[in-house]
Amino acid sequence: MAPQRMPVTVTVNGSDHHLLVEPRHTLLDTLREDLRLTGTKKVCDMGNCGACTVHVDGLAVYSCLTLAVETDGHEVRTIEGVAPPDGLDPVQEAFIRMDAFQCGFCTPGQIMSLRALLDGNDDPTDDDIQTAVSGNLCRCGAYRNILRAGRLAADLQRARRESEVAR
Amino acid sequence: MSATMDVKIEDGKLALTEHEGVDGWDASTPMTAVGQPATRLEGIEKVTGSARYSYDVRLPGQLYAAVLRSPHPHARITRIDTSRAEALPGVHAVISSANTPQIPWFEDSFVFDTTVRYVGDEVAAVAAVSDDVAADALGLIEVEYERLPHVTELEAAIRPDAPKLRDSGNIAGEPTVYDRGDAVAAMAGADVVIDAVFTTQAAIHNSLEPHGCTVAWEGDELTVWASTQSVFTIREDVASGLGIPEHKVRVIKHHMGGGFGAKQVAWKNDIIAPLLAKRAGRPVQLMLDRHAENLASGNRPPTRQHVRFGARSDGTLVAIWADIHIGNGAYQVGGEASNVSGMYQSLYRCDDVHTESRTVLMNTGPAVAFRAPGHVESAWVIEQVMDELARRLDLDPVEIRRRNYSPIDQVEDKPYSLPDGLAYCYDRVTADFGWANPAPPAVAGSKRRGRGFAAHDWAAGSGHPPAYAFAKLNPDGGIDLVTGTQDIGTGTRTGLAQLAAEELGIGVDQVRVQLGDTASGPYSPVSSGSSTMASIGPAVRGAVADVRQQLLRLAAVKMEVAAERLTIVDGRISVIGTTDQSMTIAEVMEDVAPANLLGRGARGPNPSDVSIRTFGAQCVEVEVDTETGEVTVLRVSTAHDIGRIINPALVDSQIHGGITQGIGFALTEERVVDHRLGMVMNANLEEYKIPTMLDVPPISHAHVDVPDSVANITGAKGVGEPPLIPTAPAIANAIFDAVGIRVHDAPISRQRMLTLLAEHGQSAAPEVAR
Repeated sequence: MAPQRMPVTVTVNGSDHHLLVEPRHTLLDTLREDLRLTGTKKVCDMGNCGACTVHVDGLAVYSCLTLAVETDGHEVRTIEGVAPPDGLDPVQEAFIRMDAFQCGFCTPGQIMSLRALLDGNDDPTDDDIQTAVSGNLCRCGAYRNILRAGRLAADLQRARRESEVAR
Repeated sequence: MSATMDVKIEDGKLALTEHEGVDGWDASTPMTAVGQPATRLEGIEKVTGSARYSYDVRLPGQLYAAVLRSPHPHARITRIDTSRAEALPGVHAVISSANTPQIPWFEDSFVFDTTVRYVGDEVAAVAAVSDDVAADALGLIEVEYERLPHVTELEAAIRPDAPKLRDSGNIAGEPTVYDRGDAVAAMAGADVVIDAVFTTQAAIHNSLEPHGCTVAWEGDELTVWASTQSVFTIREDVASGLGIPEHKVRVIKHHMGGGFGAKQVAWKNDIIAPLLAKRAGRPVQLMLDRHAENLASGNRPPTRQHVRFGARSDGTLVAIWADIHIGNGAYQVGGEASNVSGMYQSLYRCDDVHTESRTVLMNTGPAVAFRAPGHVESAWVIEQVMDELARRLDLDPVEIRRRNYSPIDQVEDKPYSLPDGLAYCYDRVTADFGWANPAPPAVAGSKRRGRGFAAHDWAAGSGHPPAYAFAKLNPDGGIDLVTGTQDIGTGTRTGLAQLAAEELGIGVDQVRVQLGDTASGPYSPVSSGSSTMASIGPAVRGAVADVRQQLLRLAAVKMEVAAERLTIVDGRISVIGTTDQSMTIAEVMEDVAPANLLGRGARGPNPSDVSIRTFGAQCVEVEVDTETGEVTVLRVSTAHDIGRIINPALVDSQIHGGITQGIGFALTEERVVDHRLGMVMNANLEEYKIPTMLDVPPISHAHVDVPDSVANITGAKGVGEPPLIPTAPAIANAIFDAVGIRVHDAPISRQRMLTLLAEHGQSAAPEVAR
């Protein structure tokens, strides 16, 4: 018999969700199956590849290694919650401009890892960028352009901040 | 010129030849859309998570499926009891050989066979309300097996006393033998002969989106959202497996999370999912988990290649001889062949060549084409042997290749469509890398540096008919382009939009491209062999040229000039050479709205008097740490004859991807099998090591960008596979340059490198475990 379900209240991309989940159910499956937020990808389902990276309380985590019950009372942000209402996040824009993806399946995870980096560091070094996504596998081999996109994203973010300050 | 259709009888059969009906672009044709680094049309979807992959389809009532797989490498199933699984709440269907008709699949076997031939072979399948419940149900299926002897090692499978997978033995079919001249006799005239055995490993594609599909029945009609490189192949095989007409099956693929060759055939999951959905009366999603993806969805076959190359003291080759074994695994699944022999016959000028190749069955997952199948494996050998010859004869590694240059396809006995293509690559890559410059200091502590070179050809990349496209010009001047090809992540959608924009004289943003749907798109072939752009691109040009002709007929009447005198620039129609009289496309179309103009394009034949190939060459610099055995690739330069470059940014991305996979193949990627147990020991992304961000050095692509105007009306050839081919041998040659050790067996793992360093007395490690 399936184990008993437990109540979980979690904020995802700013909306509260009241869920009943089995204790074994991962945050990844909760997002993809229950909330139908399929931007977060399932690839290895064991913490090897980073495709399922989301933010929990602002920290990048593997959602396949996070149980849904652990997120009770916490804030989750996924790729669907990154863009501002009127456009794209600097990381997203940089990925398009630098052709930092091919098939695009690892892209949400890469972007969430870099978003977490830039949330705490406006002016990262190449080492910072490479370390931030070193747990995100890309089988198409877009790494060099992901590095370029990381640099551009930081530039775009600083430029946006400066123009906001100027206003 | 206008589109034409030639029909004749050849060998008692109808032969249909169509033409695009438009003149080819040559090197001097001015271009505005083509050649630009346009960003991908699907960029916003892919960076916002809204791109819908087959794995992301969510339908009302959808179930999730899981497959029970054989734990044994070879066994007979004597009993299956699924009753406990069926009784589990949340389970809607369970199928196996016990309750499913025998549907033929892969040679003489069935979708659910009662003999299983490798660990991972399909035994039963379940559809349930969630992945978790489906997994629980698999655990409740009882299966009894009668174990059979197994063999999972390539050389062991060839021995006469090896356990047999088929009554006919473990060699599939007849050996493939090729002879040009007499290699054995000619070898006697060589001043130097290299006689060596090389091996390459089984490598796993490991596309990040696994194989699989989501399916839904509506009455007797089936829709399949498949993660595939060929919607039409899936349609044909699923329809035939289910015994229903093809028009009752619609296959859709909007986005795909990687394929690299492994998704060019229909796999058992493509038929299991509709069977489950039929039984459950609900839509079903069946995506493989990572473990199954590593076991049961294809691999690059391991090879053993025994070769002899003979050369004169000036470096010219007198004979090439190769005996090749290819470890196919349990089933031959079709698709693009792994032609390991090909490049021995074609890459260098040589009158006397012998190759023989045997495809070997063994109790491992079936092999399938993996990006440049066969060529990656043979380049590992040929390009190391050429390097070795150069060193024995004290020649520069590039110079020895120039001395053996062939401007003709020696197998087909025809000139290449671009005879200097490979020479351009030699020139561009060596200049870009600084091959002629003095090498930097080679020794620093335990580190040794070296440089290596390798080249290649690729048999596909020319594209071919049949392939079709429709173009629809809307009243507002925008175009819908519809074809049944698919964008497998390479940028096909964007490249085709650029071709359409160029042909009509409009912006790329005025083209919408609809791909990957058998219900709307006319036939287009499988996306394999680096052939997509060269196959479908000319058809797209033809379709848009058809529309353009109709548009200019309308404009000519309105503007009261002959249509031949009109041209279109930036969406504006004007008389050639004048600026006083002009109209926009939208202004012409407004008059006839809501009429559309419909164009049809068909890919024309390839020229019969030339051989169309792609070529490339790479230089790499590596560092070997003699203390740890670690090999670090420091930089790569590469050049490729791929014809016209339609989008330099997307081509560079393909180049990066190929080289990245080449680095993985050279250094870390290997399916490890415990031959006693017959089991794969590293069927996951933890222990199967693909390159990470930290493993890929700067890559410089020296564009050749010479349109191959003879090849087709776009001048473009394929790029997807070529950059992977020379990477591993270039790295191996650079290692030889660094430490003087020839590595015969791929991959060059740290353990292998350390062992070799110790054998050669070169290890700086205090103590090397042997």
